[in-house]
Amino acid sequence: MTATSTVRLQREPFDAAAEAATLTRGRTDVGAVVTFTGICRGAEAGEPIAAVRLEHYPGMAEAEIERHVAEAAGRWPLLGVTVIHRYGRIVPGEDIVMVVTTSSHREAAFAAAEFLMDYLKTRAPFWKQVEKADGTIWVEAKATDDAAAERWAASGRERAAAE
Amino acid sequence: MRVKLLYFAWVRERIGKPEEDIEVPAGIATVGELIDWLASRGEEYAHAFANPKVIRAAIDRTHVKPQTPIGGASEIAFFPPMTGG
Repeated sequence: MTATSTVRLQREPFDAAAEAATLTRGRTDVGAVVTFTGICRGAEAGEPIAAVRLEHYPGMAEAEIERHVAEAAGRWPLLGVTVIHRYGRIVPGEDIVMVVTTSSHREAAFAAAEFLMDYLKTRAPFWKQVEKADGTIWVEAKATDDAAAERWAASGRERAAAE
Repeated sequence: MRVKLLYFAWVRERIGKPEEDIEVPAGIATVGELIDWLASRGEEYAHAFANPKVIRAAIDRTHVKPQTPIGGASEIAFFPPMTGG
């Protein structure tokens, strides 16, 4: 099965509902659509922030996300995938990232969306800075994000061993 | 061997430039060896690469490990652990 996939990096805001509708409109084979949107919070580690600034590695960021979309399409029977990640300055309340997955049934759509977000956090070359009252600091990577991504590798190995 | 180096996030800030073309000295064969050599190029590089364990690298836009050979690379990037999403 070939899933329709779109990967976009952009400075501008996106419309999550419109992106999801694009993957389902006029089709009768889609039975499930999962949409995840990551939103900029107004506080980081308990301290208020004015904005986040996202730096990325142009060229590699697209390629890395596309590799994971292809992997997701190989692991689950997906009909469509859209990933949009913003860069630049983003203020609290604005969307940062979205993942839409469609499939005939919900299991694949849920699992693939979660898989893609876990890998986006740890493998896609993006770096966040937060603007605070006393200056701008780089956000440190979280061990919990690494663990979340690692469990997909573990389940892949188990599946490979079982086959 | 001539190669383009790219730096991102605080690695870029500490070194003070986003990219540069360098001539890799003979005898430097892996990503890890390149990091060690770069760290010896001056204070700003020593600061950027002070803790090699947290430095991530990509060769021609694909993630690589410290033991990966650099032969044939045209673009090598160094950056901290990623924090997107």
